[in-house]
Amino acid sequence: MLDRLWKVLTSLRLTAVLLALSILLVFVGTVAQADEGLYTAQERYFKQWWVFGISFFGHRLPIPLPGGYLLGMALLVNLLAAHIQRFQWTWKKTGIHLAHAGIILLLVGQLVTDLFSRETQLHFYEGETKNYSESGREYELAFISDVDEELAEVVAVPVASLTAGGEVRHERLPFRVRVKKVWRNSEPSFRAPAQEHGPPLTTNGIAPHFDFRPVPEAKTMDEKSIPTALIEIVGANGSLGDWVVSGWAGDDHLVSAIRSSYGRQMRSAQMGDAIARRLTQPQTVSAGGRDYSFTLRPVRAYKPFSLTLLKATHTTYPGRPDIPKDFRSRVRLQNPETGENRELEIYMNTPLRYGGLTFYQYQMAAGEMARQAGATPSSTLQVVRNPAWLTPYAGCLIVAAGLTFQFMYHLVGFLSQRRRVA
Amino acid sequence: MKKWLPFILFVVLAAWVLSTLRPRSETGFQIGEFAKLPVLMNGRFQPFDSVARNSLLQIRQRQSVVWREEGRTRRLSAREWLVEAMMRPERADARKIFRVDNVELISLLKLTEDQKYYSFAEIQPLHEELNRQAARISKIEAANRSSFERQVMKLYSAVNLYQRLKTSLKPPGVDDLAAQVSEYEKSIGPGVAAWRAREAGQTFDQEAFHRLLGLMSGFETVSRVALPLVVPSPHPEKGRQNWMNLGASLIDALHHDGVHPAAKQYATMVSAYRADQPEAFNRAVAEYRGWLAGEFGPELAKAGWEFSFNTLQPFYRAMVIYVLALVLGLVSLLAFALAPALSETLRRSAFWLIVLACVVHTVGLIFRMALEGRPPVTNLYSSAVFIGWAAVILGLVLERFYRVGIGLIVASVVGFVTLVIAHNLAVSGDTMEMMRAVLDTNFWLATHVITITLGYSAMFVAGLLAMLYIVLGVFTPLLSGKPVARGAHPGATSNPAPAKTAKLEVGPVLSRMVYGIICFATLFSFIGTVLGGIWADQSWGRFWGWDPKENGALLIVIWCAVMLHARWGKLIKDRGLMTMAIFGNIITAFSWFGVNMLGIGLHSYGFMDAAFKWLMLFNATQLAFILLGLLPLRVWRSFQVTTPAPADPVSPAGGKKTSPAAAGA
Repeated sequence: MLDRLWKVLTSLRLTAVLLALSILLVFVGTVAQADEGLYTAQERYFKQWWVFGISFFGHRLPIPLPGGYLLGMALLVNLLAAHIQRFQWTWKKTGIHLAHAGIILLLVGQLVTDLFSRETQLHFYEGETKNYSESGREYELAFISDVDEELAEVVAVPVASLTAGGEVRHERLPFRVRVKKVWRNSEPSFRAPAQEHGPPLTTNGIAPHFDFRPVPEAKTMDEKSIPTALIEIVGANGSLGDWVVSGWAGDDHLVSAIRSSYGRQMRSAQMGDAIARRLTQPQTVSAGGRDYSFTLRPVRAYKPFSLTLLKATHTTYPGRPDIPKDFRSRVRLQNPETGENRELEIYMNTPLRYGGLTFYQYQMAAGEMARQAGATPSSTLQVVRNPAWLTPYAGCLIVAAGLTFQFMYHLVGFLSQRRRVA
Repeated sequence: MKKWLPFILFVVLAAWVLSTLRPRSETGFQIGEFAKLPVLMNGRFQPFDSVARNSLLQIRQRQSVVWREEGRTRRLSAREWLVEAMMRPERADARKIFRVDNVELISLLKLTEDQKYYSFAEIQPLHEELNRQAARISKIEAANRSSFERQVMKLYSAVNLYQRLKTSLKPPGVDDLAAQVSEYEKSIGPGVAAWRAREAGQTFDQEAFHRLLGLMSGFETVSRVALPLVVPSPHPEKGRQNWMNLGASLIDALHHDGVHPAAKQYATMVSAYRADQPEAFNRAVAEYRGWLAGEFGPELAKAGWEFSFNTLQPFYRAMVIYVLALVLGLVSLLAFALAPALSETLRRSAFWLIVLACVVHTVGLIFRMALEGRPPVTNLYSSAVFIGWAAVILGLVLERFYRVGIGLIVASVVGFVTLVIAHNLAVSGDTMEMMRAVLDTNFWLATHVITITLGYSAMFVAGLLAMLYIVLGVFTPLLSGKPVARGAHPGATSNPAPAKTAKLEVGPVLSRMVYGIICFATLFSFIGTVLGGIWADQSWGRFWGWDPKENGALLIVIWCAVMLHARWGKLIKDRGLMTMAIFGNIITAFSWFGVNMLGIGLHSYGFMDAAFKWLMLFNATQLAFILLGLLPLRVWRSFQVTTPAPADPVSPAGGKKTSPAAAGA
């Protein structure tokens, strides 16, 4: 029995079947992106053990498929088993062994990347200094209280862990938070003073000025879901009131989008500004002798160093303002621990690697368009922590060396044989 | 004759290619000289000739205007058409250049149905309606537009392009531009003085003020609408790229109290053209060229080179020669058993024609690279050109090893088909467009893009060889064990083998070729894919993002791995390998074109519905070949009679013996 299993595990037939299944999965997962969006398709087909039901050119088919993790793992096992079984060192086989070793490294590297890599974004305006980056998709409910002039205490709860009807308690908070409603994705609308509206979600804080309503979750890579929650804060002596917390209010990016959108709508930048201020007015409660302000903001990752955006440059080709030629951020890096203080440039295909992180030029609002809109130029950097970032480089090198060796080995053999025949 | 045929064909066609380089004397207006003038458009310097060809391709899908008049066929070249459109638009308006195929669009614009091409004059009455429809459709994502909506947008942008071109050198309604410009130049001094006085609240010269304003209004229209930037940078030392369009330059003259010499020359050309004075026109062109040669020599030279490239049309000429070679190669293959001597003559003729075509193809590639200052592959168009080129080289190398004509057929088919594809891709506009910021890196274009494209090439070559295997096997006895002896051919071979030992068996030869090329494809596809991952890691921090184009490349790599492992594991034999290699064509075509049609991801070039139809047709033919290959071996002509087959003497597959009799899977 075990013998037969071992035979199957080491067989080339299994390799061929697994590879064929991989082809099917990659194809289906690619085509599904048109229906489900790149992000969802990735999660549902590739970062998964099993896929139940596939999308195919607008049709939903109830076909089960092994997912990316399962196939990757099975290939890895097959590869290792086959090598244990058949490994023998000869010149003729050297290239093949090298290539497979490289593939193992690539597969393992991708698994590590999938499990441990983290992508965040750092958005700053010219002149602004930041020592943290923010998640592009995840939000947290943060309670902030000043301990003294210098220090603030922050308790942050991931929004993903909030459920309607649930409760949040924390030893550092002198109150409980009851979650009445959570919407994974939502849309805001301004309650203009002179117009008819339904009753507000609650009468505290921003709710009298802004309504939020639930919408379906975002599907594509370019969209993101922005959560909103209705919470009740309950102190030692009973309720302290209901509040609305929303990603729309706690995310600088979104606030500036709202500011300019209403500014355009009202044909007045001042009005846009006033409306945005309504949205960002601080919401606070007092409990246990301290003031706590709270907000729903993108999850933050703090760094032991800071970056200052000195200049954001966006150039286009003459006569073609629609084709970007270059995006470039000039930044100052300051690290109090090492005393480093230097200027550098981050631009397309030239990231900054520092402190185990890599900073890539990601988005930019600068150049002619920004100047005309009167906005301060800003830049967004993609911040990636990937402990396995070197594995593809090494893996590629090893496989390429192996394949080239093998190819040359046969080519030389073939040519010399021809010569002999001739 | 037998000896000389290859040589004669080679010389005749080489002469045909070179004949285009001979400067043609022009009588009347020297439109060719005008078309060599440099302008800045699409972010790059190019001659008017390129503006003309690319614009007409977008509008009419052809590089010339052809119509019938009084029973005769009349023809206007792209540059003649452009000059007319820019300088004499009232006549150009009547040229039938806008291609409208969609019936709904024809009825929307109330056009008559009996023609394929319509003139601007015919479309103009319902131009507002077209704009209204376009405004609505532009809000719909390109991938979700219906066929009617796509046609509306196509016509809308063609009309828009035409209108911008016809307002590029001449304000609407102006007849004698040169006179107007010189009047303008004279009125700048008094006019500006009056303006300043008016601003300061003093009394001012009403007449001078209004004359200047009146003249300016036409130029202002040109400055807003004009497309090519025709007037060189006023201060080249500050920036060679700061060219202006004619209107902007004329208005800019207010600050310099003088009109730019280039603007004056262009005005002279327009007036001369309208007044039908070729000498004055030609003189202005020559004077302007002389002026440019001083300060703007590099731009003038670049435009001149690109003009030569355009007239040489290397890819078109290579395409024609590939077809000829293909015909010769096929006949040679068919005559293989019947008339070996004739077959060999034809094979050699085809070989030398392909060498010639390949040289022309290579010259074209290098010419393009020099003009662009980039590695050979920068967009879908150039990828087609390059895939063809690499496949031709591969085919010639195969032919060098196995002189049976198979390499020639592969070379000519892939060369021809890819150039046809490239030709059709060129319809979308300038094929030397500038690169977006993330792609603006010659290092990765030269490494990742080249290796991945070489992988595509190899896949197509392997697939085509496999198709040949199946066709020859099913319909001819060539694959079987009837070894065909081919004598030594002086001149054609460097290592002539005695006739008795050089037994060529097409079957094993093909199988070895396919196997070797799949190995080659595996190597290049894999390295190319991983290099792409590394580029992605360099530019947006993600080695692998499951983007459609990445997945397409991965599919090729995995499919190669499946084929190789299945063969090593003896799950398939020759026939299995062949059918799998043909399926490789489908996968490669999906990776090259199909993923772009999904309309998602960072690599997508936009939806192309015409191409989609062709892709499906291609897939259908490939499936037909696969089915043909799956016919039972006893109906294959090559395997109907079992002959004792000699064991395969040479196999790069690592010692695996194949014999034709056991070739079935």
